[in-house]
Amino acid sequence: MSIFEAKHLSLHYLTRFGSKVHAAVDISFELEEGEILGIAGESGCGKTTLVSGLSGMCIPPLNYTSGEIFVSGQPLIGRPLEDIRENVLAKEISMIPQGAYNALNPTRKIKDLAMDVLKSHEKGKANKKEMYQRIHNRFELLGLDTDKVLNSYSVQLTPGEKQRSVIGISTLLNPKMVIADEPTSALDVTTQKQVIGVIFDLLEKKVFSTMIFITHELPLLRHVADRIAVMYAGEIVEMGTSEQLVFSPKHPYTQALMSAMLSAEEGARKRKPEAIEGAPPNLAEEIVGCRFAPRCKHATDGCKKNKQEIRIVDNRQVRCENAK
Amino acid sequence: MKLLKNLLKEPAFVFGVCLFSLTILLALLGPLFVKINIGSEYLPYIQPGSEGLALGSDHGGRDMVSMLISGLQNSLYVGFLAGIIATTLGTFLGVYAGFKGGFIDNFINMVTNLFLVIPSFVVLLLISSSLEGGRSLQLIAVIIGFTIWPWTARSVRAQTSSLKSSEHINLARVNGADTFCILTKHILPYLLSYVFMVFIIQVASGILQEASISMLGLGPYDSVSLGIIMNDAMRNEALGDGAWWAFVPASMLITSIVFALYALNTSMEGVFNPALRK
Amino acid sequence: MPNKNVIFEAKDLVKEFGHGKTHNVVLKGLNFEIEDGEIVTIVGGSACGKSVVAKHLLGFMQPTKGELFYKGKKITNQRDHWQTVQPIFQDPFSAFNQFFSIRSQLEDSFKVLYKRPSRAEIKERVDAALLAVNVMPSDLKEKFPFELSGGQMQRMLLARIFALKPQVLIADEATSMVDACVRANILDYLMKLKKELNMTIVFITHDIGLAYYVSDRIFVMHDGGIVEHGTPDEVALHPKSNHTIQLLEDIPDIHKDWIKRKRA
Repeated sequence: MSIFEAKHLSLHYLTRFGSKVHAAVDISFELEEGEILGIAGESGCGKTTLVSGLSGMCIPPLNYTSGEIFVSGQPLIGRPLEDIRENVLAKEISMIPQGAYNALNPTRKIKDLAMDVLKSHEKGKANKKEMYQRIHNRFELLGLDTDKVLNSYSVQLTPGEKQRSVIGISTLLNPKMVIADEPTSALDVTTQKQVIGVIFDLLEKKVFSTMIFITHELPLLRHVADRIAVMYAGEIVEMGTSEQLVFSPKHPYTQALMSAMLSAEEGARKRKPEAIEGAPPNLAEEIVGCRFAPRCKHATDGCKKNKQEIRIVDNRQVRCENAK
Repeated sequence: MKLLKNLLKEPAFVFGVCLFSLTILLALLGPLFVKINIGSEYLPYIQPGSEGLALGSDHGGRDMVSMLISGLQNSLYVGFLAGIIATTLGTFLGVYAGFKGGFIDNFINMVTNLFLVIPSFVVLLLISSSLEGGRSLQLIAVIIGFTIWPWTARSVRAQTSSLKSSEHINLARVNGADTFCILTKHILPYLLSYVFMVFIIQVASGILQEASISMLGLGPYDSVSLGIIMNDAMRNEALGDGAWWAFVPASMLITSIVFALYALNTSMEGVFNPALRK
Repeated sequence: MPNKNVIFEAKDLVKEFGHGKTHNVVLKGLNFEIEDGEIVTIVGGSACGKSVVAKHLLGFMQPTKGELFYKGKKITNQRDHWQTVQPIFQDPFSAFNQFFSIRSQLEDSFKVLYKRPSRAEIKERVDAALLAVNVMPSDLKEKFPFELSGGQMQRMLLARIFALKPQVLIADEATSMVDACVRANILDYLMKLKKELNMTIVFITHDIGLAYYVSDRIFVMHDGGIVEHGTPDEVALHPKSNHTIQLLEDIPDIHKDWIKRKRA
């Protein structure tokens, strides 16, 4: 059984004046235990909206349009927010939000922050000592100087310790799945590598096993994810194994993304990165045909008119009728 | 025009405007329909409402309708004058200090803090009690305005200094904008809804401060205000007499003014800030 | 006499912030020269001081010690400096004032020039600049900044440069917030601009891949100092400094097996 499943999930924002912005459309995927799914796309393509939707935290103006989500076989949509906060978040799904490493409350010690997580989810079940012991064990597992870190304030920690603490606290309840939303953006490459290192360390130590990793950097996903889904204007345009997507992309948008990569290696100076003109469509307006067609080199009259559905091409899903 | 159209779709705006214009209309046009009659002819004490005397009379035998209308006029006047003075002064000093930084910032900060630690109400009391003869409405309003500005200055300063590092300010600078232009075009618009909110709070606090002074017998001479009406009612134990008409209408008026202003404020947010407009 | 072709020259550039406990030396005596018509990239990790260098080049900051010359003269008057030196900023979302239309802000940018063209000419130049970055001027009518995507906004910043036609462009992390396609797009335009005006461009970035692709010379910065400089081939393919090697190694490169090995 899959741990997490989204079936034809669509989400929209309701604007102040009643119009709808369809920020995520027809998202379907399954996650098996132990799998890492990477979601890539440029800013504004609906990645962050999707995260809110997937975790069940659909707070107006964001609303579910249609579709279903199953967490360990249980439907998620339709449950009250309180229920989701108490029984799903941190227990089943844990979030590592963007810029989390600087989001620790500076006025409280790390152990208090960790205690809060336990307390809010396990009211009255365990006593304080037991809870502390559990936190202690977990931080030990993370390879931290446990006593020192637990009794420090976040400002006293090194960046590395901070990253470990944040990820450690958010996975304290052994969630089945972790959703990391741009955990490495806005970091320089060295720090970025550190964070990825921490995540892999935790995976190896079986703190959590399944993950959705969201970023706009495709090369990074190639190293991190088993499968990659590329989003464009709210839709998943291509989904397959990382090798497939990186080395033989089928959707024109993925192809463009890949050929626009720059790297510091021999010959890279001579290869011209491929630029695509134009901008993604306005999601508040009705879109006829393929969403990428206006910018696509291979667009035909057909795909400008027909709404594109997911097809299986070369063992992966592609939302393009011309992909071969 | 498009702005106004969008605004009219906001229930909070329509509600706020209606309620607020109603109170203004009452203050401005009331005298045309009701003969204002305070202190010239005395009615029987604490009469409940009856024909020809819509809201009865108070403990001084004065017509409550007349009292309310002229009290409303004066309270609004004091509130607005105090609010305008405090907001202008506070915003100007706050924006300037926040943007300039350095010595000017430190100096203005010091003055602001000085005003903050001096209990403004005591200053208000001292000034009004030392002005026996000419304690007019305007003077009270000006005094209130000059004692409540520091909070505006402080919060505006904080907002300005965080805005200062935004890249659009840098862009404005390399576009050749001078300090005045940056302050008015690139900082103030971002603060407008905030300043308006502060303005509302200060209008409200102006009305309330005036009422408090009046309660201590240091209010403006021979003027009625909503505060004075409520104070009269309290002094004469109207609650004990069951004379609700002596204080309920006045308190309702104060509440609706403040409430209307708040409703306006929340709806305005979307207008001043085009990012929220869509 | 300084060399005729040298545009920027830094001599022992030192910048300190704060005093007492918060005292912090951000630039520790930099020496460099940037020549006319060159594309130079300053690469480094976060907090290496590269953005501070950009602020100095733009005249936003004055060095604590040492000297920075622009065409042989110190930068004393910002407005004089901005006649010929203009920036592109990192964060396209906050780069424009959201209370005015993009168009009016583009037209406003001419205010910096002492010799301001006529209204009609400004209109013409803005139109031409928009066309140069492939935006129909009619599409932009009355558009506000928040109505555009990040990539489009970044292009508006470019249009501003096309309109003003400065001699020197300082691009501080100009492409770090946009995805690869938009980045390639922006680089295309920049190269076009460079050809057209023989502009000097200084890129500030943490992306050594980008540096390798665009520049004539690369400076690698670490902790307030320049640890290595040279042609892209020298720096990126045959690095000598450990910091450069570190930077190169940490890039998540498509063709490199980087961290995934650890999981296998």
